[in-house]
Amino acid sequence: MATRYEEIMARRGEIMRRALGMDYSAFERSPIAFDYEAMMADHGYSLDDIKRIQAAAGVGDTPLLELKNVTDLVRSISPAGKGARIFVKDEAANLAGAFKDRRASMSIHVAKEKGYAGVIAATSGNYGAAVASQAARSGLNCIICQECYDSRKIGQPEIVEKARVCEAYGAEVVQMTVGPELFFHMLELLDETGYFAASLYSSFGVSGIETLGLEVATEMKERTGAYPTAVVITHAGGGNTTGTARGLRRAGATETQVVSASVDLSGLHMASDRDFNRKSFTTGHTGFGVPFATWPDRADVPRNAARPLRYIDRYLTVTQGEVFYVTEALVKLEGLERGPAGNTAMAAAFSLARELPREATVVVQETEYTGAGKHHWAQLNFAKEMGVEVRAGDPADNKPGSVIVIPERPEQIQARDFDLERMRKSYVRNALHAAPAGYQPTAADLEFLAADTHTSVERVEEYLRELAEVS
Amino acid sequence: MSDQERAHVGDWVEVERVILEPSQRSQNLPPETADKPLLMWVKGFARGEAALGEQLTVQTMTGRLVTGRLSAVNPGYFHTFGKPIPELVHVGAELRARLTAYRAGAGDAGNERGGA
Repeated sequence: MATRYEEIMARRGEIMRRALGMDYSAFERSPIAFDYEAMMADHGYSLDDIKRIQAAAGVGDTPLLELKNVTDLVRSISPAGKGARIFVKDEAANLAGAFKDRRASMSIHVAKEKGYAGVIAATSGNYGAAVASQAARSGLNCIICQECYDSRKIGQPEIVEKARVCEAYGAEVVQMTVGPELFFHMLELLDETGYFAASLYSSFGVSGIETLGLEVATEMKERTGAYPTAVVITHAGGGNTTGTARGLRRAGATETQVVSASVDLSGLHMASDRDFNRKSFTTGHTGFGVPFATWPDRADVPRNAARPLRYIDRYLTVTQGEVFYVTEALVKLEGLERGPAGNTAMAAAFSLARELPREATVVVQETEYTGAGKHHWAQLNFAKEMGVEVRAGDPADNKPGSVIVIPERPEQIQARDFDLERMRKSYVRNALHAAPAGYQPTAADLEFLAADTHTSVERVEEYLRELAEVS
Repeated sequence: MSDQERAHVGDWVEVERVILEPSQRSQNLPPETADKPLLMWVKGFARGEAALGEQLTVQTMTGRLVTGRLSAVNPGYFHTFGKPIPELVHVGAELRARLTAYRAGAGDAGNERGGA
């Protein structure tokens, strides 16, 4: 007999179709390929439409700040002639305090337009606040499903704060213990309420981030006379990278390097009741960044609009301690007190700028709000309570879940390159596994895989040969 | 019994429910998760009277009726910033001193900052 879990999961396609108001089967081309650009364009909103919708929602046009003190600090520890200028897009200035407002504003606009009575999102982070805030403005009911507590009901302080703010906006917050079945319960709630699924991974949400890339490109051109050399993007599920990169391209900034950055959480299990409260980061980490990039269609929609490997030129990881150090530096040197998760890209940019010439420019494309629970001090105090050692030293000794090492000097901050080739090959392997056994990719499939991995058909053929040798 | 231990009709409260027993959970969970039930908490307005731990139905902010064990009456938020972090408290002063020294020593850097 099928369990309740199995019954709901079996009806997943039908529930999501009604909850998204969109039939993804129209874009499928083969067991591997689908028409990504057709799916992205299907909502019918132009970039100008999106800008107008977001302006009415209190979202976008955030300040672009040059960080002259951080830049000089980088130059003070760089080889002669090195040390790029660093800028930051202060996304904390959006209505609910993060770039996620760009996503939520579009999801809520669509839900309202399609006539849904409410929205549901599964998120423990800033997206929940953004959805709850926009739902409040639109008079829609809102349910936020969070993975919040371990089995002893000890809550991650950042997620507890997110619950508070969602409830402040009038949302119903469903708080759960650790486990991927959060998605199962969200499906149950969608089935019960008939609400709109404000998925992080829909084309609506990801299109909403394109305005961020557009603003970065056009404002940098106005300010410095050129598009940025590199844009550094905190990377988790892939929407931030995808939307920003698409916006940069649409603005014409095709030479700008797209650099994604995550906190290294290697060794921690994302579904572990024990590791849950020892991560010290709730997002922007490799625990989401790697699996979502290498298999985006694991998401809660049939085809994920966030496909970061299509756009990433370079993927950098930083340690927990490096991000906390840079967060403290940003407060003290620039008067910019912002949340640690959003500063992941800042830590990577600090390292990247040392490699680049002084004429180069690096843009960190987001900040997030900070406050009780959602602050680097709160995270470090909580880590200590959970038995994680916090000490000063060489960040190379940082061990997620056991030791957070705060750098003693800025020279010690050194982002590490993640092997993109390995990720691309892993993505191709996952795409093959998702197709029926024995399926032979067609020429059109190879072209799709090349676009989805930002490589060439020849390279995809090499991956396929290597994978065939292994199996 | 204090107000914190008993809910009356209309009170803002939190209830706890088991969503999945360990035997009903997803496959491939690490053992420390697999042997625990999946629990859920939600807040709403009490539809009846109950003491902590007793069954109670609440009406949530979206109007849904949810029944579970009463886990808190008028639940608050007590997350904080906590104490300053000893490994970080020196960072600001050290970096400001470095900047001052760098700018004093690097005349050309000062020129490039012109307009700052």
